[in-house]
Amino acid sequence: MGIKKGLKVIAASALSLGLLAGCNAGGSSGSGEGSGKVIKIATQTPLSGGSATLGESIKLGAQLALEDNKKKFEDLGYKLQLVPYDDQADPKKGVANAQLIGSDKSILGVVGHLNSGVSIPSSEVYEKYKVPMVSPANTATEVTDRGLKTVNRIVARDDFQGPAGADFAMKKLGAKKIFVIQDKTAYGTGLADAFKKAAEDAGAEILGYEGITVGEKDFNGVLTQVLAKKPDLVFFGGLYTEGGQLIRQARDKGISIPFMGGDGLDSSTLVEIAGDAVNNVYYTSVAADSSKTSEGQAFASKYKEKFNKNVESYSAYGYDSMSVLLAGLEAAIKGSDGELPARENVAEEVRKIQDFKGVVTQVGFDDIGDNKFAKVYIYKFSEPKYPGVQEGEISK
Amino acid sequence: MLADILNTLPQVLVDGLALGAIYAVIALGYTMVYGILELINFAHGEIFMTGAFIGVAMLILMTGMGWLAAMPAILALILVLVVTSILTGFMGVGIERMAYRPLRNSPKLITLISAIGVSFLLQDLVRFITEYKRGNYILTGPSMFNSQFTIKFSSVSSSFSDAFFKTSTLILIICVVVMMVALDFFVNKTKWGMAMRAVAQDRDTASLMSINVNKVISLTFFIGSALGGATGVLFAVQYGTIDPYIGFILGLKAFTAAVLGGIGNIRGAMAGGIMLGLLEMFAAANLQLLTNGVLGAEYKDVFAFAILIIVLIFKPEGLFGKAVTEKV
Repeated sequence: MGIKKGLKVIAASALSLGLLAGCNAGGSSGSGEGSGKVIKIATQTPLSGGSATLGESIKLGAQLALEDNKKKFEDLGYKLQLVPYDDQADPKKGVANAQLIGSDKSILGVVGHLNSGVSIPSSEVYEKYKVPMVSPANTATEVTDRGLKTVNRIVARDDFQGPAGADFAMKKLGAKKIFVIQDKTAYGTGLADAFKKAAEDAGAEILGYEGITVGEKDFNGVLTQVLAKKPDLVFFGGLYTEGGQLIRQARDKGISIPFMGGDGLDSSTLVEIAGDAVNNVYYTSVAADSSKTSEGQAFASKYKEKFNKNVESYSAYGYDSMSVLLAGLEAAIKGSDGELPARENVAEEVRKIQDFKGVVTQVGFDDIGDNKFAKVYIYKFSEPKYPGVQEGEISK
Repeated sequence: MLADILNTLPQVLVDGLALGAIYAVIALGYTMVYGILELINFAHGEIFMTGAFIGVAMLILMTGMGWLAAMPAILALILVLVVTSILTGFMGVGIERMAYRPLRNSPKLITLISAIGVSFLLQDLVRFITEYKRGNYILTGPSMFNSQFTIKFSSVSSSFSDAFFKTSTLILIICVVVMMVALDFFVNKTKWGMAMRAVAQDRDTASLMSINVNKVISLTFFIGSALGGATGVLFAVQYGTIDPYIGFILGLKAFTAAVLGGIGNIRGAMAGGIMLGLLEMFAAANLQLLTNGVLGAEYKDVFAFAILIIVLIFKPEGLFGKAVTEKV
């Protein structure tokens, strides 16, 4: 009883103190003193539509990072506030939101987007308004290759997946003779070419390099070649629909060697199509399995406690993106002697970050905003269950 | 080089025969309709696709109710084949009644456009229903007839390697042969078949000979679509996964096969389909060897279609077609 009463008293006094503090803040905002200055950070991810689960998880991750840093910024005299925007995975909506973000002067940074296709046009607007952006998930090379000053990402680039796969295939799987198949699309050919080049440089023998047609279902012709040439590994550059069929038909022909592919195979539909044939299939992904490290596990339990949801693959990336952005902001505030920094200063400071340790990533930006420490992770299916198990990680 | 080609030949033949059999039955649907109406029924590829979806839906339903485990798989397959072909057969009749018959006396191009419209409609309808029911338009059926066979070609001659195939490949080929023989018998030996041939030859004269032309045309659509739908089921069993867009590429190739064999000619369509399947599989497996690595397997269609063009240059009526003087 005594304890309960005590709690009530404390709660009541805290409430009244809060009220008083509120009055105080209201009164002093005119003079510009105290914790009255608000700095807003936006997130832009799909919060509705097909990829809303992933978009929401990035937003929640970012929110958690913002709340963890709130205290620090209050000591500096600023109040942090999160403004979530919904880009609906639609480039048009992304650009329209970017205009709103650009015109709100109190927004000093953006965490986003999920889709490279949305990120690329939206970042043109951010560049115009000089709003720094840190992307948790965009892998397209064009995102940073345009050399925009405000655009940064903490994940690996698409063109690193092929070499990373080659590295893993040769060092860990001991593949010497490799057969490469691609689907003749920009993604598939790019991935397969990058893999082939890296594997050849490392001394592997490429037994064949063949193309298949997207939309077809019968790949037996190409697989007959695989059967005849007896490679140690087949690399497939393409998406899960063709990948699943290819793997299934290969297993039907008695080809039991490992298959490997890029993040195009990272889908539960692959498992559905290939069924039991999916065993011994490897794929690369830019997202780490956060449950592998103790920091990741701590993050997952904190996330669960706060939002009552399980972490998704990009939750921790949302958290790390926001942390990096806030580290840059903090440096900018300190650099301007506690005054509210200009957006370009924040962008500069974010780009200057060289060694930042996040939950799942280590971040250091190069001169176009790519993360020097970005890694590619290798997953393996050992049973027909999605997702696969993380087998290894490759850094540059 | 020759040794390498010989080495893979048994496998190429088995796979090519399976693919060619599918082309052949779909080609039958194109060729029958063309023979009787001089209409290229572009919706036929979509009827095949719809058949595949109906078949897989039934198989999934039967698995859900435990029937598939209770009865022999072959019986279940025959049941699904029959029901699907009846459904797609009536669908074909319905399409003809609604989309083609009102346009029968208008220029041919207009009917063709109507056919393309029907094909889009079916594609999106199937996609919509599947996505609505399953959340994903790529559908994977229960796996059946998965046991593998090896034909020991290597024991015949050491220059061959063994050919691998699944039970489903065998079932596919047997079913297709049965369908083709039955159709050939029906067209050539029965009264209704004779009526069909008569309408194909001259519609007006046939109607003067007390043949009910509309009925015969409906019957043609029924048979063609039923065969297409049944092939769809066999395709789904063979390849496991289907999506609403499988009808497009396959339909196009089956149409090519029909042209290769001589459009309007039923035996020609069968031969053309099997030939196209074999050529394609041969090219996919050997093109790299033949061209010394310049052209890869992705040029298999170029190879197959180049042969089509050569055939049509020297024999414009197709392999089995008879040169007809323009009807006046």
